[in-house]
Order: sequence, then structure tokens, then C-alpha cells
Amino acid sequence: MAESKKIATRESFGQALCELAKEHDNIVVLDADLAAATKTDIFKKAYPDRFFDCGIAEGNMIGVAAGLAAAGMVPFAASFAMFATGRAYEQIRNSVGYPHLNVKIAGSHAGISVGEDGATHQCCEDLALMRTIPGMVILNPADHYEMIEATKAAYAYEGPVYIRLGRLAIDTFNDPDNYSFEIGKGITLEEGSDVTVIATGLVVYEALKAVRALKAQGKSVRLINMHTIKPIDKDIIIKAAKETGKIITVEEHNIVGGLGEAVAAVTAENCPVPVYRVGVEDIFGHSGPAVGLLAEFGLDAAGLEKKIAELMEK
Amino acid sequence: MDKSELLELKKTACQVRLWTVEGVFNAKSGHPGGSLSAADIMTYLYFKAMNVNPKDPKNPDRDRFVLSKGHCCPALYAALALKGYFPTEEIKILRHIGAMLQGHPDMKGTPGVDMSSGSLGQGISAACGMALAGKLSGKDYRVYAMLGDGECEEGQVWEAAMFAAHNQLDNLTVFVDFNGLQIDGNVADVAGLSELDKKFASFGFEVITIDGHDFEQIEAAVNQAKAVKGKPTVIIANTIKGKGVSYMENQVGWHGKAPNAEQYQAAMDELNEQLKALEA
Repeated sequence: MAESKKIATRESFGQALCELAKEHDNIVVLDADLAAATKTDIFKKAYPDRFFDCGIAEGNMIGVAAGLAAAGMVPFAASFAMFATGRAYEQIRNSVGYPHLNVKIAGSHAGISVGEDGATHQCCEDLALMRTIPGMVILNPADHYEMIEATKAAYAYEGPVYIRLGRLAIDTFNDPDNYSFEIGKGITLEEGSDVTVIATGLVVYEALKAVRALKAQGKSVRLINMHTIKPIDKDIIIKAAKETGKIITVEEHNIVGGLGEAVAAVTAENCPVPVYRVGVEDIFGHSGPAVGLLAEFGLDAAGLEKKIAELMEK
Repeated sequence: MDKSELLELKKTACQVRLWTVEGVFNAKSGHPGGSLSAADIMTYLYFKAMNVNPKDPKNPDRDRFVLSKGHCCPALYAALALKGYFPTEEIKILRHIGAMLQGHPDMKGTPGVDMSSGSLGQGISAACGMALAGKLSGKDYRVYAMLGDGECEEGQVWEAAMFAAHNQLDNLTVFVDFNGLQIDGNVADVAGLSELDKKFASFGFEVITIDGHDFEQIEAAVNQAKAVKGKPTVIIANTIKGKGVSYMENQVGWHGKAPNAEQYQAAMDELNEQLKALEA
């Protein structure tokens, strides 16, 4: 495991856009006055002629992206997850989702790890909102390498994609030499037979540390990194349900409408087993340092270790 | 525009109105008022202004039309069918289960529809994106969009207006079908758009005001817009809601209601009379 550097996935996203633009001149990047925060400014500096700041007008930005896509471009439209998917939900639904246009939407500063800005900016509903749109692909990468590969996969895929980006710099745990990303295919990070933990996004690494600690105590815990929320990897979930009999989901998102419910829907219809949802428990966040908030919400390694152990006894 | 051309456009517009009424009647629902007010402009666009080919509806170099006031698609479908994109028979099953023609435009299912629309305020943004794509790819197509006057109450229209002017989208021409009525009554009474021309001018648009039922004025405005450099153009077209069917004209109740069998016959008779007069 390479714990070489901490980097926020928004930064990785900005880098990936530049890499893609080297080879593809149909990429256009849009932002809504948050380029410095979403890190599309990395692209803006490298490709100023293909970057358009739409100003603080997210609804129009999504519509412009739809028009660009209808005319053959591949637009990436970025803002905070709250405004990209919340403010512009209906534009995404009607102007992007319904015509199934090739628009990529990036929602940065997702989850409570936004930190000090507090509840108005801590979007814990974006996955739920995007899940309801037919044909929408939802990617929630867990570290630097995964974000680079996910962004490339989003470009290669023909159709609407939502990519979730984090603000907080996090550890890079995937090994680039032994890593491959495929939309809709979860990745087993740890094998185990008593319970399966399925985590997504920024908290995957926290879950990994927690699972390793539990394994060191002799517990047999499987861990799956579910980087694609939609289409969800049914096979890996059903297999886990059959082989381990119990599932715990971990997400930095409201437990309503996110990964947990997506997983529970698969098990309920195919192989009913208990599914426990660990996440933001249908409450709003509040201000504070990101790392402190993750601990307070029980989403850091220590909190997850305790919670998983507890749920294993249930 | 010579006299024969003008006459042809008037006849085509009459056909567009006939098929509009046909579609709405058979659907037993839909929006005749705003379709009829916009019929002359759509006729001009598809039968004179736009570089389009119904045999090659996805040609990347074509001109585009976005009906931002998507509920007025009966007139758009009529224009597209008469242009040859699909058989007019499709109009008779508009809004039916399994039909190609949806209650609001569906670009995936309907040849010639350049953008799905219907949620007000969104089409103009897509038109901006298409115009921007034209600039980026060095193509010289034009993008036309049509807003309703009531639709201009949507904030997104003004977000898009800012974007279009800021990015100097001079390949974008926006029509406002100013028929003065919206579902809840007179636009002036519901929310008020006082001095819409000045609003667009202050947002950086070239503004032209015309009679939206006068083909010569429509043509002059479209050509004037083509000559404008460095900024988008809005053509505020003063129109009559329900134009061509006398009992629907200026009646807000015909915004979103289908005629019954008797009313349908009266409308068809009146429009056929108009067509006959033009053909005489």
C-alpha cells in the first residue's frame, strides 16, 4: 500500500482534465465561479480557450453544457456538489438526463468534510438526487489514482455522468501499478467471511484502516470499495450477501438515498440479509474542521472500527 | 421577399396552423394558443431562414432551433412534418401512448427536434451551449431559440442572457413570442415584464421589435441579426395568442386546452377558408 501523499480528489480531477485535454480537443470545462475551489482552475490555466466561467448561475451552466453536448462537445461542468446537483437538479433531470446527453457533472466539496463552511455547503444529498435520474452514472472515487481513472472513464463513457469530488486532502492508498477502474465494478480491498463492509468515496480509506484493525483482532471482515453508485455492482453485493450474511455500508452522505439504500435494494430483491447503513444519520452537518467532523460523525477509522465491531455482534 | 414567396409562406403557415389544431384536437390536450401565436415565426425559420435538411437531421453543420417554450410543440411538429422530417400522420397521434410525438419536444425520439425542452427557462441555455460549440468548432451555423413572454419570468432566462452577451454569441438569435398571456392571465398582471426590450438591451443584446405575424418584418429582423457582430440578438415578436382561429385569439383560456369536436370543426373551417383565400 502506497501512502505516499495526501491529495484531495478535486485536485486529482483538475489534473485528469488536463491529461484528457492533451488528447481530446472536444473537452470543454465549465465552472460557476468556484474554479479555484473545484480545481478546474488547473485546466483553466492550461487550456484557457476551452474553459468558460458561467458565473454564479448553476442552472444556466448545466443548460449550456447540455447544448455543448448536443453539438458534439464533451463538457465537464463543475461546482460544489450542493449547487451542482441541488440548485441545478431539475436542469440536470430535464436538459441532461431526459435527452441522455454526454454531459459530465462534477460536484466538489461533497459531504461533511467540507468542514468550516457548515451545513449550507455540506452536501449529503447529491448521491440520492442523482440516483433518481434514469441513465445517470454516478462515480464516487476514493483517492487520487481512482479519481484520475474515473475521470478518464467518465470521458470515455457516452452519456451523463456525475462525479463526486472531495475537498479534504486524503491519503492515496491505491497502487497505480495494480489498479484498474471499470464503471459499475466494485473492488474488493480485503477478503473476509463474517461480514462485508461496503464503502464509497472519501471514507473508503478510513474503512480500510478500520477493517485492518479488526482483522488484526482476528475478525474476518470483507471490504469492498464501491466507487460506482449507479449502476451499482449487483454481483459483488449478492456474492457478499451469500458468503458473509451481513453487510455494513459506509458513506459520507445521508443514509437516506445513498449507497446504503442502493445496496439494500439489491440484497432485498436477491438475497435478503441484514444491511446496516453507516453514514450521516438524516441530520444536517455543522461547522468545524473536516477531520474533527468525520470523527464526530463516526466516519473516521476509529469510529468505524467501533461501529463495525458493534454491528458484527448484532 | 417577392410576392409569390410571401404567399407560399402564408399558405405554409396556414397548413402549420391546421396541423396544430389537428394535433391538439386528437390529443384531447395540449397548448393551441401559444402554438398559433408562434406559427408564423416557426414557418419562416423552417421554410426560409434555416439551413436544414430533413433527410440529414443530425448534420453537424446545420442551423439549430430550440423551442424553449416547449409546450408550443404542436406548431413545431407541424412545421417539421410539412418540411418532411416525418409523416404528418404522426401528428394525429400526438401525445398518445407509444407515439413518437411527445407532449413536449423529445430530441431523442423525434427527427428534427434539436433539443428536448418544456421545462421553461432551460432551452435558451442549451441554445447558448450550441452557439458556443459552433464558435469553438469554427462552424458557421446559426442557433435560433424561442422564448415565451411568460417564460421570461424564469431567472434562468437572464442567467443565459448574461452568458450569451458575455461570450459574444452573435450566432444566436432569440425570439420572444410576445403574445401577452400566460396561464394565470395577462403577463402584465401576473408578474410584469415592463420594458422587456430595455431589459434585454441592458443585458447586452441587440434588440429588434417586430410584428410576429408579418413575414417581411420577420425576415428583415432575421437578416439584421445575422449582420450583428459581437453580441446576440433578441427579436421581440408581438403576436396574438391563438392567431388564426378567431374564437381563440387573445383568450387566455386557450393556453392549454383542446377544442371539442364542434370547436375543432369551426377552427378547421376557418383556417381552410384562409387557405382557400390565399390559394385563390
